[in-house]
Amino acid sequence: MDLNLDAPHSMGTTIIGVTYNGGVVLGADSRTSTGMYVANRASDKITQLTDNVYVCRSGSAADSQVVSDYVRYFLHQHTIQLGQPATVKVSANLIRMLAYNNKNMLQTGLIVGGWDKYEGGKIYGIPLGGTVVEQPFAIGGSGSSYLYGFFDQAWKENMTKEEAEQLVVKAVSLAIARDGASGGVVRTVIINEEGVTRNFYPGDQLQLWHEELEPQNSLLDILNAAGPEPMAM
Amino acid sequence: HRHAGMAVAGLAADGRQIVARGKSEARSYESVYGEAVPVKELSERVASYVHLCTLYWWLRPFGCGVILGGYDRDGPQLYLIEPSGISYRYFGAAIGKGKQAAKTEIEKLKLSEMTCREGVIEVAKIIYKLHDEAKDKAFELEMSWICEESKREHQKVPEDLLEEAKTAAKVALEEMDAD
Repeated sequence: MDLNLDAPHSMGTTIIGVTYNGGVVLGADSRTSTGMYVANRASDKITQLTDNVYVCRSGSAADSQVVSDYVRYFLHQHTIQLGQPATVKVSANLIRMLAYNNKNMLQTGLIVGGWDKYEGGKIYGIPLGGTVVEQPFAIGGSGSSYLYGFFDQAWKENMTKEEAEQLVVKAVSLAIARDGASGGVVRTVIINEEGVTRNFYPGDQLQLWHEELEPQNSLLDILNAAGPEPMAM
Repeated sequence: HRHAGMAVAGLAADGRQIVARGKSEARSYESVYGEAVPVKELSERVASYVHLCTLYWWLRPFGCGVILGGYDRDGPQLYLIEPSGISYRYFGAAIGKGKQAAKTEIEKLKLSEMTCREGVIEVAKIIYKLHDEAKDKAFELEMSWICEESKREHQKVPEDLLEEAKTAAKVALEEMDAD
């Protein structure tokens, strides 16, 4: 079986960013794979850039981490100079500069989401080539292929915070069901005027979809449990 | 960028240099950050350039002060940049030979209650009032503004308003002389 443990870490991934009435919800799965092997089954793909801006990473794990680190550094300086929090638009533009100018070397798709006092909640998608697209919702990663139709039908404007988060969790869990490169747990980050909330949905608590099996108890449980009493002599 | 403009007092050639630097800073900010430069940031960058020329013995300081006015997401703002390199935000400012007298006049105005149109006329009155027929050379009044009416862009005050302002100023002068 070819595991290819030397393959670069890639986050097959499903990442999602959704705006709602008052902020944004970012969601992601947690599988990082090295070829066929799952290098990290509980990774955190939603990374903080500033207090009010987070980014979902997909594609090459290393590339996306380095890009986020640079942008976090630039944004920190920018915030000091400006004297107030950076806007989501500026964060997206800085990422785009790095992504576009290094397009030959990088392989990472990112979704930037956050809240600022001028524009409110905003989502910007920055796919492979380095374009920036401002969208009411964005999906990315290998698992997103299975979600285009779902979002066309299920997304609506001005959802509440709860509706938006439920939509994101449902979508990531649907993608995990179909995409081999996505799996693990669902993490969400909600960003609005009040602040940031992180949530965690373990994989076994996610809804089961068509043809998915119930988690089975391990056979070991049966073997270890009711064994015959030692015979009394 | 069109959302900000500068007025220069002092050596004109030095002034051109500062304006060019301002344009270049605004352009570069926009190309990196993807949004129009906030007026505060622009004034800090221009001020730091002016300050630079006070640091080395082989550079002479700029021989002019600059008033920078702009309209960004936080509303309209006015900054004054002196040859020493300091930059402060003002609600009313003046530079040049008659600045002390001008400042006194500005303090008489109720700035928070004026519209930009009214401001144009008041400014013209002050300039005319301060001009001393005997001591100063003849002058031409040029004005520019940034407000809602100018669609938040820096532009020359429209002909008709300029004429209105000049007339009002001359009338005010005569009233004063009549006393």
